[in-house]
Amino acid sequence: MGIIAVLLSETIEFFRTVSIREFFGSATWAPMFEPRQFGIWPLVGGTFLITAGAGLIGIPGGLGVGLFLNEFAAPGVRAFIKPLLEILAGIPTVVYGYFALTVVTPTLQRVLPDTEVFNAASAAIVVGIMVLPMVASLCDDALRAVPRSVKEAGYALGATKCEVSLQVTVPAALSGIIASFILAISRAFGETMAVTLAAGSTPRLTLNPLQSIQTLTSYIVQVSTGDTPQGSIEYKSIFAVGMLLLVVTLLFNMLAYSLVKRFRSVYE
Amino acid sequence: MSNTHGMTPTNSAIFGGSLRIPGEKAAAKPVVRATWKPRQRWRAFSSKLFFFTSLMATVLAVAALIYLLQSVAEQGLDRVSWSFITSFPSRFPAKAGVKAALWGSAYLTVLTAAISVPIGVGAAIYLEEFAADSKLRRFIDINIANLAGVPSIVYGMLGLMLFVRICHFGRSLLAGAATMSLLILPIIIVASREALKTIPTGIRHAAFGLGATRWQTVRAHVLPSALPGILTGVILSLSRAVGETAPLLMIGALSYMAFVPETPMDAFTVLPIQIFNWTARPQDEFHVTAAAGIIVLLALLLTVNALAIFLRMRYQRKAQW
Amino acid sequence: MVNVGKDQATVFEPSAPYAIEVNDVNVSYGTSRAVLDVSLKIPEHTIVALIGPSGCGKSTLLRSMNRMNDFVSSAKVTGEILFRGSNIYADDADPVLLRRQIGMVFQKPNPFPTSIRKNITWGPGINGFQGDYNKLVESSLRRAALWDEVAGKLGESGLALSGGQQQRLCIARAIAMDPDVILMDEPCSALDPGSTLKIENLLLELKERFTIVIVTHNMQQARRVSDYTAFMYQGELVEFGPTDGVFETPKQELTRDYVSGRFG
Repeated sequence: MGIIAVLLSETIEFFRTVSIREFFGSATWAPMFEPRQFGIWPLVGGTFLITAGAGLIGIPGGLGVGLFLNEFAAPGVRAFIKPLLEILAGIPTVVYGYFALTVVTPTLQRVLPDTEVFNAASAAIVVGIMVLPMVASLCDDALRAVPRSVKEAGYALGATKCEVSLQVTVPAALSGIIASFILAISRAFGETMAVTLAAGSTPRLTLNPLQSIQTLTSYIVQVSTGDTPQGSIEYKSIFAVGMLLLVVTLLFNMLAYSLVKRFRSVYE
Repeated sequence: MSNTHGMTPTNSAIFGGSLRIPGEKAAAKPVVRATWKPRQRWRAFSSKLFFFTSLMATVLAVAALIYLLQSVAEQGLDRVSWSFITSFPSRFPAKAGVKAALWGSAYLTVLTAAISVPIGVGAAIYLEEFAADSKLRRFIDINIANLAGVPSIVYGMLGLMLFVRICHFGRSLLAGAATMSLLILPIIIVASREALKTIPTGIRHAAFGLGATRWQTVRAHVLPSALPGILTGVILSLSRAVGETAPLLMIGALSYMAFVPETPMDAFTVLPIQIFNWTARPQDEFHVTAAAGIIVLLALLLTVNALAIFLRMRYQRKAQW
Repeated sequence: MVNVGKDQATVFEPSAPYAIEVNDVNVSYGTSRAVLDVSLKIPEHTIVALIGPSGCGKSTLLRSMNRMNDFVSSAKVTGEILFRGSNIYADDADPVLLRRQIGMVFQKPNPFPTSIRKNITWGPGINGFQGDYNKLVESSLRRAALWDEVAGKLGESGLALSGGQQQRLCIARAIAMDPDVILMDEPCSALDPGSTLKIENLLLELKERFTIVIVTHNMQQARRVSDYTAFMYQGELVEFGPTDGVFETPKQELTRDYVSGRFG
């Protein structure tokens, strides 16, 4: 937990200059230009846009794959799909960034000409693909952990596969499934490279996914790869942003962890 | 399947249509019968819908993977050559290569392994074999589980503060390796503990019964049996480190390097950063170079993962508890 | 090793009408054959017990009667099983509709991890029950002799009940569907003697309304509750007949050895 201590010291430094009220109260993020303003909401908004978009793709997609693996895939099919998912999960995030920028964005631009070169949508799509295998594999585990006997009870009452799966198995595995959703959201929240490459660096509060935005993570990258002198207020600001990132993801993880623990206790 | 009774009358009870055949039984329970009205059409439709939806999700996920790999291959495959691997980066996309990045990645991985493996495996052995089941241990458990979920860029910030600034490693290979070690330590610890957990307690008791100390038992019996599992975990976490970009970007790995680092204190770059840099440039030619870099990176990762799978398979064949 | 062979088996033919007729059924898992050429007729409104040493194929035979073996990908069934005259293994037979009419109670109590009420109402719900659900819950629980114990806590989880109560909940759940046949796979093996007694009394009441096939490893139980008993050994049906006859004057030496406790 040294992480928190280290980040905290710089964060406190930052808040000596910038009030917490401004940080959470202002709606403008303009750290580089005078007058400097440090309202975190545009970055949070950008991150939210990415997270929501990624969740929209990765969560139903991952659950769908998990259900397919569990209910329909013959052992041979399963043995084929599982490694593919592992490959998908193992592809470095920078590669997803490349994919977003050179494949997804041009495609989006063809369909929706308003799409900017850097846009939230293409980043959200690839982040969604990125978290999908994780959701799939965790959902698969959770669904498999539901005792066979409970599913058989459902079938013995004259239920179809769909009814047993959605009304017996899924509810029984629900906390494990939701935990996988939370972890996916947490992962999308902290995702850096794909977002930095594809979503742009324009901090603004918007709900239009075709516009360029900036996330918490890509702001950190932007400052740390620029020529920002150490000790300046921008430099310190990344620690405040990082602290926020850490706190939020830790909360997500703790929630997921407690859900998984609850899930295990149901069938002991 | 033979029907020895010849033609049996169609039983509407199990052949769709109305659920029951009329008859003496139906007359016996008339009130209840009338109240069952299953929506058979909807049930049949929803079953099919369910199947196709989940199938589609799977097909789309697999298609995304294939499309991703194919578009990278299409762009970059022509660019991959011996000279691409042995050249330094350049302002001219056609001349640029990954020599510095490849060596950087290799050195970084070795150095990261040297730091993280002893600490990680040691911690796992301690937690699994020595530590008493106390509140402290549970606290550490939860922390480790949480650490694995912290975004990698936060590790980068930590590395920046801890190694670059406080320890004065500078923007060096050593700082990078130390940061990466922080990142993968939780993974190594979790994987090693899982491997140790699979070793039956009977083995330990047998050794204790022969008068061995705890350490002798672990060294002579537990560790060798768990080694393949531990190794698999280590390799997989190292492959994660090979693909990581954000933390190294944070601690300031260079993107233009015309030399191969020679000591741990030298500046360095790695493949993902090189790819990031090329992708971030506006010129399409550099995107081709980036695609070529991605192919090299994926080939590297695939090799590493294949090694892990090989070990896992050997392990599974050997272990017959 | 004694092999009876189909021709030597003593198979009694009870009088019609039959709920289930098993004709030359073989069940195999991969290369191992679990049920060999079994034929028997199960009359309506009776309790038929399947007994035999563990691994004799009695559970497999039971599970083939409502096609629960469909979920074991290696399982293969040949021969035919007639449910009220139609072959349930015919190509156009729908196992879902079949199971709606042939309920099952399992070896280990397996309530759904939801409320007691929901445990009862779920099956009728998906099968389009249009009547009064409150009455259905009450009557099912009453018939399963569980109502008095759970009346005030229908909203509580079914998993919070004791083992014996859980099993009666599972029986209530099966009854709520108003099936024709209830298959029971060693329903008392995980229960204490008190709960077992309650369930045995229950079975005797239930046969007024349902046909019950029960697998049991407990010979006394078979004797107490069943009208007919089938003794299986190594996948084959050795003897089938009225329960008293099977236990008191067995026709087969193998049956005699088994019911007298010489092996098993």
